[in-house]
Amino acid sequence: MIISIASGKGGTGKTTISTNLAFSLAQKGHKIQLLDCDVEEPNAHIFIKPKVELKETTSFVVPQIDEEKCTYCGECVRVCAYNALFVAKDKVMFFPQLCHSCGGCAYFCPEKAIFETNREIGEIEAGSGYSIEFAYGKLNIGEVMSPPLIKRLKKRIDEDKVVIIDAPPGTSCPVIEVVKGSDFCLLVTEPTPFGLNDLKLAVEMLKVLKIPFAVLINRWNEEYFEIDSYCDKENISIVMRIPLERKIAELYSEGVLFSKELLEWQDAFCKLFDSIEGLWK
Amino acid sequence: MIQEITVLSGKGGTGKTSLVGSFAVLAKDKIMVDCDVDAADLHLILNPEIEEANDFFGLNEYFINRDVCIECGKCEELCCFEAIKDFEIDVISCEGCGICYLACPASAIETRKKKCGEWYISETKYGPLVHAKLGIAQENSGKLVMEVRKAAKEMAQKENISLVITDGPPGIGCPVIASLSGTSLVLVVTEPTVSGIHDMERVLDLCSHFNVKVLVCINKFDLNLEKTGEIEKICRKRNVKIAGKITYDYIFTEALIKSLPVVEFSDGETSRRIKSLWENLYNELNR
Repeated sequence: MIISIASGKGGTGKTTISTNLAFSLAQKGHKIQLLDCDVEEPNAHIFIKPKVELKETTSFVVPQIDEEKCTYCGECVRVCAYNALFVAKDKVMFFPQLCHSCGGCAYFCPEKAIFETNREIGEIEAGSGYSIEFAYGKLNIGEVMSPPLIKRLKKRIDEDKVVIIDAPPGTSCPVIEVVKGSDFCLLVTEPTPFGLNDLKLAVEMLKVLKIPFAVLINRWNEEYFEIDSYCDKENISIVMRIPLERKIAELYSEGVLFSKELLEWQDAFCKLFDSIEGLWK
Repeated sequence: MIQEITVLSGKGGTGKTSLVGSFAVLAKDKIMVDCDVDAADLHLILNPEIEEANDFFGLNEYFINRDVCIECGKCEELCCFEAIKDFEIDVISCEGCGICYLACPASAIETRKKKCGEWYISETKYGPLVHAKLGIAQENSGKLVMEVRKAAKEMAQKENISLVITDGPPGIGCPVIASLSGTSLVLVVTEPTVSGIHDMERVLDLCSHFNVKVLVCINKFDLNLEKTGEIEKICRKRNVKIAGKITYDYIFTEALIKSLPVVEFSDGETSRRIKSLWENLYNELNR
């Protein structure tokens, strides 16, 4: 089963939930794989402290122009939907940040003057920690395009295990690339107007993607009930509430899994998994 | 000359939008911009009245006309995004390159413009706000960010306003880079947690990569004083100034629930600290 943990709003606790869920299930003997797909700002490794067994760079196919063969006809510029190529009188300029690696320029070049080369965009590290099989991606600084790295990371998915995927915040391309193909998505929110607004956006996104989902309210307190009212109205299950507690925030600040220190939470996370399985079936 | 302050964080939820909401109260003669286009929240504090709504078009979308399709499979073979299967294009996976459209021997692929979102020019109690809403499950957030910033700059020029304050998205990728290019000053809002520090360092690396002037603000600094010390040490080493330290205070949530900027909601210690943060930022900008 593949469960992705997403949120819309940043900083609601996606990484806290995915790492503590993975840890609690692994403690109870489940076979767990955790993938941190927030490749712009990966954090799960801070909590899992994996022993890294494999490092690989990920690259992206980009065009290279053979100046000897190029006649500056401009066909590549015409077919490129991303404006990544520009032709002057005797020069073709290429802007790698805009390229989506569609291969169109090379395919349509009448002189066969474009060949494809690799450009490194990030790195994947894999290993294990706390009996969890773990991998994460790290986008190189200055790179624009995270989806190719996410795709590469998701190739590691081992469906014989319970796969938990930590998603980036937001609702645009990187998030869609991450949650696509999940059996279930857990949406982590917080009881504030920001939390509610961004939860609604994430719900709309999952409806389009046709992925079943439920909500977890983190930093829960009795000051703001709008999340409850919204979920009630939309018939969305709230599967867990984690209270606003300084102790949990402090453990997080130290990079410590709170269910490792506050043991009662391990059962709570196992129950969370049972509820998710129940809703999925 | 128009100056722009862009607020970033790397990690989400460190308090960017709450602080920007307060800057809207404290700054005079400015335009506010929300560049977190796929999870925009600034409007929840500034309560804008929309004056002008504009459509945002991304790349075209493509369809296969099955009446014309000869089922040769050329499109599926050429599609690098694995978006075509059984002579149907999956709009979610499609990245709009149009190669299938150009290569189809039967001209069976049709295309049309796709609306990917909207952007707005609004009026608020604190001055104009330019903001946007990316359509559900749409791509191209970077391009929308550029449009929003361009609209704000044009408005500033026209109305002779010299300051733009931009609330940026989390992360370090496409929409962040689109928010950061050509700005005058970046404020990175971090928090004293291992994750906060890790993500701050990546966003500081990004700022030096693009050679942008940067300051740091430590939000929730008293949550973990040891980690706050660590941030200060890192910033000293990198020669980055700390523009302010803000208390870990439930008042952020209380103000938000009331839909108010923190500095309007309370006169307490936290508000005083936000005011001094703003003064430091403003002075740095005019140095």
